Amino acid sequence: MTALLQVRDIEKSFGGVQAVRGVSFDVHEGEILGVIGPNGSGKSTLFNCILGQIVPNRGSVTVDGRDVTGLRPSRLNRLGVSRTFQLLQVFPQLTTRENLILAGQEHRGSRLSRLFGARDAGLGADADRMLDFFRLGALAHATAGSLSYGQQKLLDAAMAFMAGSRLVLLDEPAGGVNPTMLAGLRDRLEAINRETRATFVVIEHNMEFVMALCTRLIVLAEGRIIAEGRPEEVRRDPAVIEAYLGH
Amino acid sequence: MSTRATLLVGLGLLVLTALAPVDLTSVGLPYPGLKRYGTYILTLWLVTAIAAMGVNLIVGYAGQETLAQAAFVGIGAYLTAIATKAGVPFGIAFAASGLLTFAIGIVLGFPALRVQKHYLAFVTLAFSVLCWLVFRNEQWLTGGVMGLRDIERPSLFGWPLRQHVRFYWFVLGIASLLTFALWWILRSPWGRAFTALRENAVRAESLGVDVRLYTLLAFALGSAYGGMAGSLYAPLVEFIDPSPFALGPSLLFMLMVVIGGAGTFAGPFVGAAVAVLLPEWLRAWETYYLLIYAVLVMIVMAVFPGGVVGLFARLLTGRARP
Repeated sequence: MTALLQVRDIEKSFGGVQAVRGVSFDVHEGEILGVIGPNGSGKSTLFNCILGQIVPNRGSVTVDGRDVTGLRPSRLNRLGVSRTFQLLQVFPQLTTRENLILAGQEHRGSRLSRLFGARDAGLGADADRMLDFFRLGALAHATAGSLSYGQQKLLDAAMAFMAGSRLVLLDEPAGGVNPTMLAGLRDRLEAINRETRATFVVIEHNMEFVMALCTRLIVLAEGRIIAEGRPEEVRRDPAVIEAYLGH
Repeated sequence: MSTRATLLVGLGLLVLTALAPVDLTSVGLPYPGLKRYGTYILTLWLVTAIAAMGVNLIVGYAGQETLAQAAFVGIGAYLTAIATKAGVPFGIAFAASGLLTFAIGIVLGFPALRVQKHYLAFVTLAFSVLCWLVFRNEQWLTGGVMGLRDIERPSLFGWPLRQHVRFYWFVLGIASLLTFALWWILRSPWGRAFTALRENAVRAESLGVDVRLYTLLAFALGSAYGGMAGSLYAPLVEFIDPSPFALGPSLLFMLMVVIGGAGTFAGPFVGAAVAVLLPEWLRAWETYYLLIYAVLVMIVMAVFPGGVVGLFARLLTGRARP
């Protein structure tokens, strides 16, 4: 079976610092892959290389067999790949509903039809469904900036799914979210994965969250993959324990 | 406000503005109508507001910077003056002004893909100075510091617009069309994309918004509004020289947007009123008027960062709260 995402020999350095050193892995449809590792292990750089935010020095990224290395994020998004960011990235002056419509509008019709067509680009009903799905329905008309941190995290995640993306890369979705909200976020992500077979790649520091959510993990340290496997296997791996606890 | 309510309010304001130069005493109302100078100032306000709408699109909605709007007004004004003096119909000159400034706006937008904030402001400032030097030095084309005179006002389907009230209504009609067009753009998904560009370009790009294209579009459309304003400015004043298209007026356009309320639809109209109408009302204070004007501007900018429109919105929402 061809992998949905194939990452091959990715290398990226900044000046003299080699952030990612020859990382390769595959992600198959419907899988939830976790990428973990201590601070500075190259997780975010790897994400940014996959998503076209930065161009790798070497290596390739393919989605559905198509080479997308260095492709601009907007074009990658139109191929069905979306992401969330480590720091909150919603549009604070737009309403919650408008944030969702914005997240899907560039996938609807032509640019001219978006100028002359409906104000909501025909996404009003989809946005309402997504609001209900992420339990944000009561906040549809509140500006995103007025939501709590946890609610903004939910909105941030919901936006990544508005365009019907097949592959979603989530950068620390649990960061700063309280335990109740976190359980809700995990529940929603699992539901989407179940219902739509959407594929996730998740960077996360919250081990409890990542162990519960992901079906497979890869562990990065100093820009290299040091372990890979099911969460319970990775947890017991001596190399992983050493990377996290140090000498 | 709903679309219907917005359109009704807009229509009401249009009717009131159209009646400004009309003597209503004959129908029993105590309003003698604006005289020739008052009508001229109101026409100037409309022309200025069109150019300010363009700046508001670039700065207020799309979050970019421009200190070149007066240069675009100048390009439109000179193109219209030169073309109409050569016998080209005004309609063609007006369309050409919009198209040329749209194209130049795209070119000026390219630096915005690489630099931001004050760096971008300096790029547009350099363009502004370059245009001003062309207006001043290329005498064979622009008349240099002596300018171009006897720019005729056009006719509309054989109806001459030489008379100041007629020309005012003509400008009001065009300003209304351009206002409606911008309102339509801003309420469409394009407007949402412009706002996303201002608030978080990186996130917008990750959601499929072609940030490059929308940045260039904002510059092109905003600059075209400057060019079309210039095309109306030339027959309004009937004489143009380089001074209204220098850097100072470009800064004034930026001031109008900020003081009116950047990113608010009514902001440019209020800002243009502050820049064009307020100095006229303050003339009664003779030499002190510039001082009073400067102090008023400083107070508004320091105390109400959302501009005059932001202040009114705050007052209204504050009042609406139980």
